[in-house]
Amino acid sequence: MLMEIKNKDSERSIFFFRLNVITVFLVVVLVCIVFRVFYLQILNHEHFITRAQENRLKIQPIVPPRGLIYSSDGVLLAGNKPSFSLLVVPEKVNDMEGSILRLSRLMQLDTGGVKETLGGLKERTSFQSVMLKNQLTEQEVAIFSVNRFRFPGFFIDSSLVRYYPMGSDMAHIVGYVGKMNSRDLLGVDNSNYRGTRFIGKIGIESMQEEILHGKAGYQKVEVNAEGRVLRVVERKDPIPGSNVHLAVSSMMQRQAFQLLEGFSGAVVMLELESGSLLASASNPSFDPNLFVDGISSSAYKKLINSPGKPLFNRVLQGQYPPGSVVKPLIAIGALESAVETTGSHVYCPGFYRLNDKGRRYHCWSEKGHGKVDLNNAIARSCDVYFYQLAKNVGIHGLKESLLSFGLGSQTGVDLLGEKSGLVPSREWKKLALGESWYPGETLISGIGQGFMLATPIQLAQAAAILARKGLVTPPRYLDYYQSIDGLKEEFPRQPARSPRLQLRDAIHWDVVRDAMIDVVHSDFGTARSARLADGIKFAGKTGTAQVSKVNRGSMKQKPMVLRDHALFIGFAPAHKPEIAVAVLVENGGSGSRTAAPMAQKMMDAFFHNKKKVDDLADESR
Amino acid sequence: MNRGSNLFLRLHVDLALVGSVFIVCTIGLILLYSASNGSSEVVFRQLVRMMIGLTAMLSIAQVSPRALLKLSPFIYLVGLLLLIAVHFFGDTSGGAARWLDLGIVRFQPAEVMKIAVPLMLAAIISNRPLPPSKRSILLCSLILVVPVFLIYQQPDLGTSLLVGFSGIIVLFLGGVSWRAIRYVSLFSLCAAPLAWVSIHSYQRERIRTLFNPENDPLGAGYHIIQSKIAIGSGGLYGKGWLNGTQSHLEFLPERATDFIFAVYCEEFGLVGVLMLMAAYLLVISRGIHVARNAQDTFERLLSASLIITFVTYIIVNVMMVVGLIPVVGVPLPLISYGGTSMVTMMASLGMVMSILTHRKFYSRD
Repeated sequence: MLMEIKNKDSERSIFFFRLNVITVFLVVVLVCIVFRVFYLQILNHEHFITRAQENRLKIQPIVPPRGLIYSSDGVLLAGNKPSFSLLVVPEKVNDMEGSILRLSRLMQLDTGGVKETLGGLKERTSFQSVMLKNQLTEQEVAIFSVNRFRFPGFFIDSSLVRYYPMGSDMAHIVGYVGKMNSRDLLGVDNSNYRGTRFIGKIGIESMQEEILHGKAGYQKVEVNAEGRVLRVVERKDPIPGSNVHLAVSSMMQRQAFQLLEGFSGAVVMLELESGSLLASASNPSFDPNLFVDGISSSAYKKLINSPGKPLFNRVLQGQYPPGSVVKPLIAIGALESAVETTGSHVYCPGFYRLNDKGRRYHCWSEKGHGKVDLNNAIARSCDVYFYQLAKNVGIHGLKESLLSFGLGSQTGVDLLGEKSGLVPSREWKKLALGESWYPGETLISGIGQGFMLATPIQLAQAAAILARKGLVTPPRYLDYYQSIDGLKEEFPRQPARSPRLQLRDAIHWDVVRDAMIDVVHSDFGTARSARLADGIKFAGKTGTAQVSKVNRGSMKQKPMVLRDHALFIGFAPAHKPEIAVAVLVENGGSGSRTAAPMAQKMMDAFFHNKKKVDDLADESR
Repeated sequence: MNRGSNLFLRLHVDLALVGSVFIVCTIGLILLYSASNGSSEVVFRQLVRMMIGLTAMLSIAQVSPRALLKLSPFIYLVGLLLLIAVHFFGDTSGGAARWLDLGIVRFQPAEVMKIAVPLMLAAIISNRPLPPSKRSILLCSLILVVPVFLIYQQPDLGTSLLVGFSGIIVLFLGGVSWRAIRYVSLFSLCAAPLAWVSIHSYQRERIRTLFNPENDPLGAGYHIIQSKIAIGSGGLYGKGWLNGTQSHLEFLPERATDFIFAVYCEEFGLVGVLMLMAAYLLVISRGIHVARNAQDTFERLLSASLIITFVTYIIVNVMMVVGLIPVVGVPLPLISYGGTSMVTMMASLGMVMSILTHRKFYSRD
């Protein structure tokens, strides 16, 4: 019971001692805290102030608007239009599944695809946005904006997306842009492409990427923890890409595609003075707009497997036996080498034989042309005459004259992917096939058959060289580009691949030209149906290139793919030429029936339009 | 003594204590205006709570320590019942059932225990000679463990530790033998691995994060990293009132409540921190003064444990914000936005003031 008695003094002293212990302890802790704050605020101040700035300020690249592409007649070929996309920052979404479900009630959303996109993003850096849906309609944008508060972490972004108003009509020339990939990044200045989504993949879009892209700007923005931009602290505007103006005329191009409707083939129209390719049509074509936001694999497969090969640009890459359209070129060569004279005659019985027992080389006319001279042989396209001529000139002579017209080598046009065709020779055959040359091969080379191949653009250029009496101007798609401040700059002209073709006797140009006029304007010419309106003289040459060995029998009975290719080259006005044209229609049947009328309609369209423009100019004057 | 202080004394008001509380509260309101992004509504609501708290403080000061002693079992039992009630009818907020909705007011019963536990323990052990006998230590332990366990169950690890701590302080000051203290320490050390396993995984995560916040900068480490950036970027003088980028651009989470100290550091710098500490020291030193001059054991134990609990709250909150201890949900007394904590802190200071103003021989010192 003694223990129960309170000892106030001892209680007090214990209490005070213990209180002091606690106080000392608390003071120590307090000092620790002060040191800690000192450590953070004074010793590491610089570090944390930087971290705070990094938190607060973000540098955003500003993508320059891509330069536009125009045709020579001022029609927009490649433009930019605003496009809205729905994006999400997954880290900021609490209930992804529910949000997507609710979103799918508001707009059409491929929920399976979205989940796949989100699931496949394991290696993504945090807080980066992911695109869920692009090309939102205005209605979808409005609906989302109203409901935005229900979807934290989701937002709509607007950006400029490329589009091609003329679609397939310009696809092979203008090309298209597509989404940048890591390989694209290797070829460009990365700092300038930060934020850029699209890069030229093919055609002018790809070749003139540097000019079209422009210079990226940036802005330093203050953001909050949600990443929402609160204000722009600093801004450097981007320099938009320059506008590219093409030499191509949208009108002539559209005309060419209209003519090729239903056929596989190419139409090339060259302005002689400038080398401008007014038209360069390859049918069938494709819609470049499909590629911009990434083409679906099924659509791509469809394009790849289409029998018409729409992705293939026949103008530059299609190599065809040129057939009879090489006859004027060979004639020039023969006249020059004095193997042939304008006066000499050949009798055409409908076939030609190297020797009496030899195999028959048929003329296209079964009955034969009878007695023909050079003019006649060109106008009526007599094969026997040219068999004889080829035999006289020899394969080497043929090769020389064809090469001088630019066949067998690239024209140097300012678009990539050009093929060089083929002008055969003994050496070539030995090297490529390991076989020796047969005399019969010389004969069929004389009518543009056999191994010989040419692209439509080569044929157009050959026609141009004929028209300009040997003057070679490389064809071109590009005219000039204009920067945002209005500065015009011509695209550098390609140097001619071959020098001017000088003839020993310039009269030979006129001889061949007159024969080509007779092709159209004489009553025995093969292209009598191709006369131009307003009495404009048209010099041309038809060609019908064999695809299958058997040439006899009605065209109609042959399956389509075995029918002959129809060709035509020409220029007008014949005595003061402005325009050259080359037409190739795959399996078109005959040059005179299929190709020549197309060339004629192209010419008519050109001169009709020119007259209209001139009249307008006169009026305004 | 002049007549003025005599009048206040008769009203049981200690000007030094009320004045220093007023200074801290004013700092708190000014800071809250900035931390809430200039919301006068938030400031007004906090002001109302301060008024309620001040009323509670002044009212409780009217109750004599004798009466407090007699009331202590009832307060404790009511607190315990409320804790059990919250266990069954609690309002779940943020995954933890801590709130009790009584129609007019919503409050956290755990906060009541911050006062009720030291009061009850002080009442029990001061009733007998000290140092306390084994029996009374056992009784005290039971009284302590039940609410601590209930609060831990909510789950609210921070508050349960602090309530437990406030009880231990009473026992320590009461003179529990050093041998018993050694045993308990040894026991807790052995039990630590067990505790590590039994706590919630998010709590473990917070402890791990403390040691390496950069490991998970967007998850568990986010609070600590952003808080340290806010404090460190404040520097010596701070970025100025309303100019803290970390808080105003919302990088700093819970900036009006548990992490308000980081906002303060960012805007007022080290100089401001020292000033705030000085203001707190005014309150604390007055409290210690009361404890040292209390007239009997109950008064001494109660006032000392209450004021030490008050200091502990400050220290735990600040250490958490500066990244010295794991993130536990402990508000900064008198400053953090929130009602219950404000009122209970004021109430405990009211008890301290009651002890001070009910002294019979106040002129002794």
